[in-house]
Amino acid sequence: MRKNLNIIAAYTIMMGLIILVGIFQSWNVALSIFNMCLISAVMTMGANVQWGYAGLINFGLMGYAALGGLAAVLISVDPVPEAWSAGGFDILICLCLIIAIVFLIRFILKNFEKSKIRTYGIAGIIITGIVIIRITSESGIEAIEAVNPATTGFLGGLGLPIVFSWIVGAFFAAGLAFIVGKVALGLRADYLAIATLLISEIVIAIIKHEDWLARGVKNVIGLDRPVPYEVNLQTTEWFINLVAKFNSGKLELISNIADKQAALNQLVIEGSSVFVKLCYSGLFLIVVIALLIVTQKALYSPWGRMMRAIRDNEEAANAMGKNVVKQHLLIFILGSAIVGIAGAMLVTQDGLFTPGSYRPMRYTFLIWVMVIVGGSGNNFGAILGGFAVWFLWIEAAPISLFLINLFTVGLPETHELKVHLTESVPYFRYLMMGMGLLLIMRYRPKGILPEKIEIK
Amino acid sequence: MDFLNAIILLLNYIFVPALTYGSQLALGAIFVTLIYGILRFANFATGDMMAFGTMVTILITWYFQSIGISLGVLPTALLAIPFAIIFMIGYMLFIDKFVFRYYRVSKSPPVQLAMVSIGVMFVTQAVVRIIIGPADRRFFDGEKFIIKAGEFKEMTGLNEGLAIKSSQAITVFVTLILVSILFWFLNKTKTGKSMRAYSDNEDLALLSGIDPKRVVMITWIIAGILATIGGALYGLDKSFKPFTYFNNMLPIFAAAIVGGIGNPFGAFLGGYVIAFSEIFITYAYKKFFMYILPESMEPETLVQLLSTDYKFAVSFSILVIVLLYRPNGIFKGKVL
Repeated sequence: MRKNLNIIAAYTIMMGLIILVGIFQSWNVALSIFNMCLISAVMTMGANVQWGYAGLINFGLMGYAALGGLAAVLISVDPVPEAWSAGGFDILICLCLIIAIVFLIRFILKNFEKSKIRTYGIAGIIITGIVIIRITSESGIEAIEAVNPATTGFLGGLGLPIVFSWIVGAFFAAGLAFIVGKVALGLRADYLAIATLLISEIVIAIIKHEDWLARGVKNVIGLDRPVPYEVNLQTTEWFINLVAKFNSGKLELISNIADKQAALNQLVIEGSSVFVKLCYSGLFLIVVIALLIVTQKALYSPWGRMMRAIRDNEEAANAMGKNVVKQHLLIFILGSAIVGIAGAMLVTQDGLFTPGSYRPMRYTFLIWVMVIVGGSGNNFGAILGGFAVWFLWIEAAPISLFLINLFTVGLPETHELKVHLTESVPYFRYLMMGMGLLLIMRYRPKGILPEKIEIK
Repeated sequence: MDFLNAIILLLNYIFVPALTYGSQLALGAIFVTLIYGILRFANFATGDMMAFGTMVTILITWYFQSIGISLGVLPTALLAIPFAIIFMIGYMLFIDKFVFRYYRVSKSPPVQLAMVSIGVMFVTQAVVRIIIGPADRRFFDGEKFIIKAGEFKEMTGLNEGLAIKSSQAITVFVTLILVSILFWFLNKTKTGKSMRAYSDNEDLALLSGIDPKRVVMITWIIAGILATIGGALYGLDKSFKPFTYFNNMLPIFAAAIVGGIGNPFGAFLGGYVIAFSEIFITYAYKKFFMYILPESMEPETLVQLLSTDYKFAVSFSILVIVLLYRPNGIFKGKVL
């Protein structure tokens, strides 16, 4: 109990802050911050597994999150039969072609010795393959995108409940991580950072511009929810009774029946959106707690010990007979899969998939700030980082507005400086993130909750 | 005649734009490579530092315009750049003193410095957006074209026009001068040689009496010059928008690594490699083939290898291929 005191204190403060938002702003805002904090926490856990456990830098978090989101679309949207009949066959042929090319290259790599001819041969195969795929797919893609382009124009998904996508998203991200890991993991740390960042940009570019897959920048909206809709709740008997029961004290004060009914309606509308957010919180909490248990177990297992050994001294671990390359690849895949889950959760909560919104600032660098600030190598630290940084990210605007008013209190309302500063309030969050990161790295380089390894 | 038309077409749509874009990338890539070679970390704040330099240039340009100073046919910004450089050098030295120095002195691993540069990136981005806002701004004034497409057609009697914007000519011209001076400085002067020695082997350089503080200071000064000029040229040619500058960081990194990170000459060429391949691969060659092929063989499709949406993806794919086959870059890196 004693040694966990700072963890408990940190989390109590964090929860207290969110509750304060609930009391002073509204419970709706507080819960949406809380939900996003949970999703951020899953992402930071993914990054923490890679960076904190194994010392691998992955700046491609954005790409894995986007793939998770793509999984949510492909799982939950109903299939579009017209599109399948229009061009599904061409797309399937292209898929087979890609697989054939991959196997051909593998075959060549295995059976021929390394030479210039082999390299040029492989390059030739890839280029001719791309040309053939472009030619075969062109008519199919055009046909698919022509099917009712305002609402569909893509192949659609499987029409399954969206929660399945959390698992599928993990597999998608793991698949990409396998390819990236095979290509890039041999690189030195900062090269790896740049390479993963650029590869994730390629992934985003593909998702953005292949409209037949998930409508590209036209966005997919109105995804099915795993929780009830507000509109349905507002007409449900038991929910209205529940709200009435909760607020019975408040309602009894109103004597007029019409006023009472109006007040109740208002409360039901507010309550329904709070209830929906609570449902999401419950689902997300299950994921966070499950992942936390698994990652904690892994951290203290012999495998976790080996990962730390590899992180702290790669050569020594290698000399002890540990397969560093294989373990790096494994942990790269695991961490990326966790980020994939978070990506799917995010799209599930928003109910829409907007490829244009995946930007490195928000989905790579901010997540890294969370990991560093929270404490890399410590799962509780990483989660706390997710909470604290996301909370600050959202509440930065009100805080900076307050500070601006405080410092320019002597100036008249229409003073140029004051107006200009008030207009640029949204950008103060970047300033706060940057200063926070710099201060933490300087004065508490191990984060708020530093890594603590106890041998049990 | 058709053959000439085809050549002019390629010149107008591929060669001139790629040369300009390549020069802008090259300046950024040399900036990245210098920081990497001497201070030994990947500077993720590159794009935003360039945006900062451009912002100062724009502010000074506005001031000059308001008091009626102009360069006639040339853009006023050229006059503002030297002042912006002085300011930018101050900013660089300020960041170094209060942020990077601590980690350099305590010999932190490069990864930690890269993380710190992300903090600098956040702060610089915020400062730029707070001061000048996130909007798209054009600050080019003076004569817009050197040759207009219509004039060129009249002059030569060809079907295809060749347009050269003065911003393009200025970009290429300034880049060539700046890069020549830089290479002369690195290769011929004593200070430049000491920088190369420091980059090659820090301990040996220290033993032979090179002052590390001086080397680092000069690196930041050169970085400030490159960031301001590179950013301002990009802004003159296209437009200034903080978000684009942040995004430009990625092709700049690609250029630096393709050329062999730590090698300024490689970075210089890498900029052009990236720019030319981006434009070559995404250009639609239909019209070109219409000129050079007989009518019966004219293509029906656009003859485009990849759609222009994948412009960025092309440069990143090149980077991945280079990393796979030549991890040190096309020109061997890690020595200035």
